[in-house]
Amino acid sequence: MRILIRGGRIVDPASGRDATGDLFLADGKIAEAGGKPDRTIDAAGLVVAPGLIDLSARLREPGYEYKATLESEMEAAVAGGVTSLACAPDTDPPLDEPGLVDMLRRRAKALARARVYPIGALTLKLEGKRLTEMAELAASGCVAFSQANLPIADTQVLWRALQYAATFGYPVWLRAEDPWLAKGGVAHDGDVATRLGLSGIPAFAETIALATLLELVRATGSRLHVCRLSSAAGVEMMRTAKKEKLPVTCDVGIHHVHLSEVDLGYFDSHCRIEPPLRSQRDREALSRALADGTIDCAVSDHTPVDEDRKQMPFDEAEPGATGLELLLPLVLKWGEERGLGLVQSLARVTCEPARVLGVSSGRLQPGAPGDVILFDPHAPFRVTAETLRSQGKNSPFLGHELAGRVRATLVAGNVVYEAR
Amino acid sequence: MQRNPQLNANGELQHLLSIEGLPREILLQILDTAESFVGVTERDIKKVPLLRGKSVFNLFFEASTRTRTTFEIAAKRLSADVINLNIAVSSQTKGESLLDTVANLSAMHADVFVVRHASSGAPFLIARSVKAHEHVINAGDGRHAHPTQGLLDLFTIRHYKKDFSRLTVAVVGDILHSRVARSLIHGLTTLGVPEVRVIGPQTLLPAGVESLGVRVFHDMRDGVRGADVIVMLRLQNERMSGALLPSAQEFFMKYGLTAEKLALAQPDAIVMHPGPMNRGVEIDSSVADGPHSVILPQVTFGIAVRMAVMSIVAGN
Repeated sequence: MRILIRGGRIVDPASGRDATGDLFLADGKIAEAGGKPDRTIDAAGLVVAPGLIDLSARLREPGYEYKATLESEMEAAVAGGVTSLACAPDTDPPLDEPGLVDMLRRRAKALARARVYPIGALTLKLEGKRLTEMAELAASGCVAFSQANLPIADTQVLWRALQYAATFGYPVWLRAEDPWLAKGGVAHDGDVATRLGLSGIPAFAETIALATLLELVRATGSRLHVCRLSSAAGVEMMRTAKKEKLPVTCDVGIHHVHLSEVDLGYFDSHCRIEPPLRSQRDREALSRALADGTIDCAVSDHTPVDEDRKQMPFDEAEPGATGLELLLPLVLKWGEERGLGLVQSLARVTCEPARVLGVSSGRLQPGAPGDVILFDPHAPFRVTAETLRSQGKNSPFLGHELAGRVRATLVAGNVVYEAR
Repeated sequence: MQRNPQLNANGELQHLLSIEGLPREILLQILDTAESFVGVTERDIKKVPLLRGKSVFNLFFEASTRTRTTFEIAAKRLSADVINLNIAVSSQTKGESLLDTVANLSAMHADVFVVRHASSGAPFLIARSVKAHEHVINAGDGRHAHPTQGLLDLFTIRHYKKDFSRLTVAVVGDILHSRVARSLIHGLTTLGVPEVRVIGPQTLLPAGVESLGVRVFHDMRDGVRGADVIVMLRLQNERMSGALLPSAQEFFMKYGLTAEKLALAQPDAIVMHPGPMNRGVEIDSSVADGPHSVILPQVTFGIAVRMAVMSIVAGN
């Protein structure tokens, strides 16, 4: 199948290209122009960019099919322009044995939508006690190992896990949060939690855990990806660690770039997310660090939660927000607010996460996988339960107007989504 | 941010969820209305027909005898029918969701829901789900708010001190976990009290408590010096020893109100406590039962204040 995408504004963050032109795909890959295309897609007025790579999206299978299914979430992914996603191991059972990973990959492949990169559990049942069979899991397709939102409280286990992973060069993806300091907390320990009477998680729950992680990286040489930074102080520690040339990368949830504790309003449980939304100053630091590259990637941290689990008092509500379909518009909004060009803003969700994952997608050079999206960056839409394809309708942006609509999504040179 | 969910489109009190965000006029309206009910509670026939035919549902998701009883008395004195539901031991344990419980009771034609819940913000959730003619009164939610307690505290202070604009009020003890403190502080700052102090060890003060408009003292003697009003907070048993405090004895030594510490306050200072008191932990018996104490009048005024709140929301 040869596809010609004609007359679009081609934005390729990896090469810095931003010009009107044609893009040619053949045999599932980006190709040099040549030969007669089987299909021509008119991209006039649209941006043609690499498909988004989302380093954190929960598909809820296996185990939580009442919250979302692979079908619903893969549909949401391609409708949102996400062509590759890494899924956290906090399924039920967790992704701690190769059979489960195999099954997930086969199911995902059969759906032929986005590419799915499973993150294996670092410890059995994510309990933070015993290591998983990482080599087996890697052989079945796990690209990294993580604890999702669960801690390894025992630092001896954490040290050994990083050592073991480093032995074989497996990347470890962890959130930085001290489980004791975070215990029982549901919001940032600041003015808003004080006013609302919510138990707080101090920002130093992040920095203390991050200090431990960075020390262990120095000791073990483990490749560490820090997930979901939430504080200005955490950002500064990452900046220093990178200057020191430690093998570390990090990401931020796109909600944290736009929202702060103030958005909790009158106990809006849609703003109950992990890590908690922190102060305006933290939000600004995260947004700035994402622009200057201290933070490598933005992720949706897509977490579909059923309505019943959100229609609860704030502290009882299940944390998480839906995000696959909002990642692109929210990244565009962030880029606009910071005065960045599309090359710069899209880099955070294309070539940069590709580098973290170690994959060749996320770019438009010939030979790269044919994962391409066409979108109208200015098309407005209102976020409503009806406009979201994800089974999770839980978004702090419900009712908001955002701009940026995907018109077509191609994965491996096949059109997997077309807007009507 | 959305419109204050307590007010209707005309800016009148639809629900009472928190003192925070209520305009001064509404607070004064409640206090003035309560004033008129004090007379009723002292009469032989302690009833007025304002809520005749209305149903007040006491929805207590967290056990409480005192607050529930005062709401019940207040509703009965307004001639309402009162239904007490101790949900802590019924539907919730059967797995029914909070909103399902409320929807079921709503189908039984409730007019006023009086809600106590262990989670901060629960009454806001309920207020969002009830029908337009139904009203929600927060009787204490988690650490967040206890507005009728805050109002009865304000009523008591006004009764004894008349003018808010020259007062120094000290709130002592476990501010971190106290919905009473949060409600009172918002009320005092809204009514123009120039100096509100909070006194306690760092472990019992929430992060950035200054942002509520209070001065922080860690030394009890400094904190009560010159105060016109001293409000002692209850210290829960489970917090008396552990990571927050070493012991009840040490707490009493540092922050218990004794005659000797009280002597540092204004000569005509009043001493308040939301109850139930822990004698010898927060407060010495000689002070609790002494001439400065207005702890029992607080309870009496509490009924008039709850009558006022119920009659106002049900009339709007």
